[in-house]
Amino acid sequence: MKKTISILLFLTFALILVMNVHAKRGSDGQLNLLYWQAPSTMNPNLSGGTKELEASSVVLEPLGRYDENGNLLPWLAEKVPTVANGGITKDLTSITWKIKKGIKWSDGSPLTAEDVVFTYEYCSNPDTGCTQSNYYSDIKSVKAVNSLTIKIDFTVPKPFPYAPFVGYNAPILQKAQFNGCQGARAQECNKQNFFPIGTGPFKVVDFKPNDVIVFEANPNYRNPNKPAFSKLVFKGGGDAVSAARAVLETGEMDYAWNLQVEPEILIKMEKAGKGKVVSAFGTSVERLMVNFSNPDPSLGELRSEYVGGNNNRNPHPFLSDYNVRRALSLAIDRQVLVDAGYGKAGKISCNVLPAPAIYASSANNECKTPNVPEANRLLDAAGWKKGSDGIRQKNGVRISILYQTSTNSVRQGTQAFIKEMWKQIGVETELRNLSASVFFGGDVGSPDTYQKFYTDIEMYTNNFSGTDPQTYMSNWTCKEMAQKSNKWGGNNMPRWCSPAYDALSAKMSVTSALKDRIRLSKAMNDMLMQDYAMIPLIHRGDVSAHSNKISGVRMNPWDSELWNIADWTRK
Amino acid sequence: MEYLIQGSVMIEKKPHFITFDNEIQHRSLWGDVWRQFCMHKGALAGVIVFIFITLLVSFGPLIHGIDPSTINFRERNLGPSLSHPLGTDNIGHDTLAQILAGGQVSLAVGFFAMLISLVLGTLIGVLAGFIKSLDGPLMRLTDLFLALPILPLLLVIILLFRDTLRTLYGPEAGIFLLIVFVIGITSWMHTARIVRGDVLGIKEREFVTAAHSIGTKKRRIIFRHILPNILSPIMVSATLGVANAIITESALSFLGLGFPPDFPTWGRLLYDGANFIQITPTRVIWPGVFIALTVLSVNYIGDGLRDALDPRLRGK
Repeated sequence: MKKTISILLFLTFALILVMNVHAKRGSDGQLNLLYWQAPSTMNPNLSGGTKELEASSVVLEPLGRYDENGNLLPWLAEKVPTVANGGITKDLTSITWKIKKGIKWSDGSPLTAEDVVFTYEYCSNPDTGCTQSNYYSDIKSVKAVNSLTIKIDFTVPKPFPYAPFVGYNAPILQKAQFNGCQGARAQECNKQNFFPIGTGPFKVVDFKPNDVIVFEANPNYRNPNKPAFSKLVFKGGGDAVSAARAVLETGEMDYAWNLQVEPEILIKMEKAGKGKVVSAFGTSVERLMVNFSNPDPSLGELRSEYVGGNNNRNPHPFLSDYNVRRALSLAIDRQVLVDAGYGKAGKISCNVLPAPAIYASSANNECKTPNVPEANRLLDAAGWKKGSDGIRQKNGVRISILYQTSTNSVRQGTQAFIKEMWKQIGVETELRNLSASVFFGGDVGSPDTYQKFYTDIEMYTNNFSGTDPQTYMSNWTCKEMAQKSNKWGGNNMPRWCSPAYDALSAKMSVTSALKDRIRLSKAMNDMLMQDYAMIPLIHRGDVSAHSNKISGVRMNPWDSELWNIADWTRK
Repeated sequence: MEYLIQGSVMIEKKPHFITFDNEIQHRSLWGDVWRQFCMHKGALAGVIVFIFITLLVSFGPLIHGIDPSTINFRERNLGPSLSHPLGTDNIGHDTLAQILAGGQVSLAVGFFAMLISLVLGTLIGVLAGFIKSLDGPLMRLTDLFLALPILPLLLVIILLFRDTLRTLYGPEAGIFLLIVFVIGITSWMHTARIVRGDVLGIKEREFVTAAHSIGTKKRRIIFRHILPNILSPIMVSATLGVANAIITESALSFLGLGFPPDFPTWGRLLYDGANFIQITPTRVIWPGVFIALTVLSVNYIGDGLRDALDPRLRGK
């Protein structure tokens, strides 16, 4: 008996010792992250860029966030409010969050409901220029019921009320720190924007915009044994290839983000044995946008403009023909594109809404295998005859496509393949690549933005954060068309307009049962796909790499990749 | 430019019967230049290499019959073989065919852009140096161009004219004209400054004063007496211009302002291949070697020409 007790005692001591060695805050030294696009601010409300959101996510935290499988987890909140647990009212117009007890800001003061209310006020003030304001749309009021309870009232029933204060787009700011920084002064508060006080596992100690950020472990973090690292260096600069090399080949860095690099390069680097490539499939789909309006430069102001009510009176000369669009999709061998440009980081996609899996439609699988003879037959039947130069034409209109995308070697490879594939069906393609900062820059004065879409076809990736597709699917309603009248601020790049689609979208915004929401989402996806308003190509994964010495990385496509950085350790 | 008059020495170029009179042996200027040029071994090697590269990119595609735009998905990232002497790239293009096609474009861009900047730079430099009243305005214009941030300027030019030229001449010829023009118009300033400086020096020399005093017209003075004497700086800036234009073109292509992405040029091939240096090194090495050889050979030619055209160096 005595012996047993002494063994038990010994084991207990040993366990305590082991726990002390392995799970003490700051025991693993410094962690080096490489984000080759360097963050320019630490305030996610003043930037739309993923890099800023990722950087700020180690400091600022939301009430709830998504895990790597897309499940909503309570983060600063005690539990996720639902209709079943009474957190959401039956009429879906109000949600009540309760904050966990005892959470402190890194300066030692307690987190209260007032901070949450303040965050809403900060972002909803139009003078702040808050880039995340769509996460706070349709809110009537945000009130602090008591020091730890927040009640959000919506102006309309919200079947999915988890936009405000959820995910890395909408974390909580400290009221005491940001009080003087609302409205027009938001951009001037450099001290606050660069050194925000947060509840997360780390706090900022040095910030050099577009270069490097240095963090230290937050002494007031809620778990006394975490994070395992005492210091975090967030380095910017370089490009995707050099970032991959720093982790996989030379082992200088522990983690590198966003590695859109040809698969053979990553495979070669991975063979060095220093690190591992990880990918996670979220909702990103590389797709071709089909222009339904005429982009002819001679039209001047009317270039790529939708004219008229339900019928476009400025139709595209050949892409407005359903058979042409279908033939273009049929001619593409998507597996070739995946193998050449994406490898493990890509899958064939026949849907613009490929994930979460419950929303993915299986009605469009025709696109998985290319069918050139059928494409040729369609075009022949529709009267598009090959001319002497081998290019199809009808009534003097040649199928000659101008196809633009951003500068990126993977995208230029894809362009080259698609050009060859379209050549087989008698379609001529001219390729154009534009600097990403111009193409995605959104400058109203530039004709080369993806919103203006002054070409026939354009290619890029789009996705949505979180797991609910309602906002995303409303991107292709008629009122979302990017036009001169809305300064090309809409999201409907194809200028595709269908009253039936708008009706489905309106219905979805008032439907709460998950089963019905799935049905509606699939129907909308199928409508877009079967009319070839967009031609989906590849379901893209986010690709990052981490050193073999780091454990605990759980790549997350639904939230920040650093969402669980408090659990990361060095082996 | 048949006469070169320096000081009181006058060398005349006329068809001559060769006389064996040792005291007054008439030699033509260009004959002299050529003799001097041949003494510069580097320059001679430069000429040979440059001619070789030009012949290679002009007639190579006739021998190596693969179309540079052909994609063969099954033959990606191959090493050198009989059918693909320099291997293939990551989407199955034949590297040799791409380099030959790219060379035609790069050499043409380099040459024509150099020509534009040379003509413009010399014209402005000579006018500014020779005509006093134009000196101020023209040199301020040069300063203005030097001070202009080139990238926004290129953006504006390309935005304004791309679609017009594209509809007039087609995508490739239109962009070619645009790029040649854009590079030419943004690289003449240094030539102009150097030329002006030399003209200012030379127009005060005795032989120009002498020409003035016998009533030679200004135009004639410029063409006969001044231009031949500033040939050497012009030649040097011309050779540098070719290299500069080839490199500028590749930078433009990267920004998406240049040729369509499937249109190979040496600069683009080099840039695209850089990431693949460990997998298919030929993709980087050969465009790099060709750019380096072209630039070097042109520089050596320039160096040799300068020596050959400078009467003070000739014969030494």
